[in-house]
Amino acid sequence: MDQYEHSVQLDPKKCTGCTTCLHHCPTEAIRIREGHAVINQDRCIDCGECIRKCPHNAKRAVAGKLESLQRFRYKVALPAPSLYGQFNNMDDVDYILDGLIKIGFDEVFEVAKAAELVSAYTRRYMQAEGIPKPLISSACPVILRLISLMYPSLEDHVLHMLPPIEVAADLARKKVKKEHPEFRDEEVGICFISPCPAKVSYVRNNFGSYKSKVDEVVAISDIYFRLLDVMKPENQVQTISDTGMTGIEWAGSGGEATAILNEDYLAADGIENVNKVLEEIENGNISHVKFVELNACPGGCVGGVLTVQNPFIAKARLRSVSRCLPMAANFADPDEEYIPEDFLFDEMPSYVPVSRLSPNFRESMRMMAEIQRIRDTLPGIDCGACGAPTCRAHAEDAVRAGLRTVTCPFADSFGGSRK
Amino acid sequence: MSEPLVFHFEVDVSDFTSAGTASVTVKKNLRQLGLPSDVIRKLSIAMYEGEINMVIHAEGGTADVIVTEEYIDIILKDHGPGIPDVDLAMQEGYSTATAQIHSLGFGAGMGLPNMKRYSDEMKIDTELGVGTTVTMRIWIR
Repeated sequence: MDQYEHSVQLDPKKCTGCTTCLHHCPTEAIRIREGHAVINQDRCIDCGECIRKCPHNAKRAVAGKLESLQRFRYKVALPAPSLYGQFNNMDDVDYILDGLIKIGFDEVFEVAKAAELVSAYTRRYMQAEGIPKPLISSACPVILRLISLMYPSLEDHVLHMLPPIEVAADLARKKVKKEHPEFRDEEVGICFISPCPAKVSYVRNNFGSYKSKVDEVVAISDIYFRLLDVMKPENQVQTISDTGMTGIEWAGSGGEATAILNEDYLAADGIENVNKVLEEIENGNISHVKFVELNACPGGCVGGVLTVQNPFIAKARLRSVSRCLPMAANFADPDEEYIPEDFLFDEMPSYVPVSRLSPNFRESMRMMAEIQRIRDTLPGIDCGACGAPTCRAHAEDAVRAGLRTVTCPFADSFGGSRK
Repeated sequence: MSEPLVFHFEVDVSDFTSAGTASVTVKKNLRQLGLPSDVIRKLSIAMYEGEINMVIHAEGGTADVIVTEEYIDIILKDHGPGIPDVDLAMQEGYSTATAQIHSLGFGAGMGLPNMKRYSDEMKIDTELGVGTTVTMRIWIR
């Protein structure tokens, strides 16, 4: 089985065993067992919904620590564009980038810069013959994992372009190699400043056959106050930022899609909405749309659980940051015929049938019939008191465990059966 | 031979935008059975189109999906107006949907043609003023 290392973790001391996360997990990966939540690692997609919804702050995302970068001699920060929306009264990105240098980085390479290049090459990608309609963005790692677990038939629709974080890591590494040949590869540390736990997991686990070039992922929320301490209005800052409006607006839902410069697009955010759109694509229902941008977090990356600011406020602030910038500052190489190999990945991770009942079809049929039989004995109120998110899931858990009957805290009050 | 599995759904007309929920549930169940994704895809499109048709033309109905080891049958039964000319209805682009339905992005006249395309066998029993039953079969192997 897939040994996927997740960043979403639970603090059993804080968890009261309430059923909030249970009901919000989009892949039904959570059960309440012995008074607290347990996450099924095979099903978790690192979307962060449980972190967002937990009323007791018992769920958290474990990211890297800034201190761990001490092992590198030359440290490069890759700030996600969502970082730019976190600060009040901020209309100049250079103050933020300068802040990153002040807290210990030797160099900054903006992910927004890479995002503009990804957009430029995506436009080229979409001109090719025979590309599937609609094309699904590959930028959100939660969406890619969701597709590989739940929507195998849509794998061909995924844009085979590396996400901006990887393109940025690759370009940053090449830049350092050229400008500072005195450092060996392993002495250069590339650190992504992340709005979301899924990027943490993605970097740790790699993606299909593609190995991430990022060395460490640090949460925006983890460095936020350190940055505030050093970012002073009286600072004399250098011009470091080299991105336009397009790159910065990738941080909000719709930013990537608008950069395609094609009006036949759709952008959906929030995992529930994303699931509905994926269902529609599977039904062949939106084949007139050319490009689909999907973000697991509400509002896009600014809605990531490792950010500090409310996503809508962050999005409004991004506008004030990018207002006086050109559309884009980074462009595809006009001499290149197609797309540089460094921007592409070969294969999606192989489909893992996590929901399959049994490898044997006849046995699966028997189990399904049994699930239906048991479900019909339950009240159907999906209360979660048994520890499973729905009565159907409770019946399924029992059948998977080889049980013939289930206990239900409310069986008596509902007469034991809904039929 | 094991007993066939039956999934039964009431296709409700009350909320037009929720049409298609039965095919989503069936899709999840079929994934749990471990069926190949091309079979699941064919079935979910055929069933989705059928569901939408029932909502547009017949104020809903029932949908039964019967899974055996060899094939899957979808039986869509409604008590709508019936189809006056089945051959005409099977033509791509032919539609009797109202302007209101068109404005919602449906009624392209591809419902029945798509159901035929995505199923391996399709049979239509219809009687004017009584209703329509569409039976589609998709072979697993």
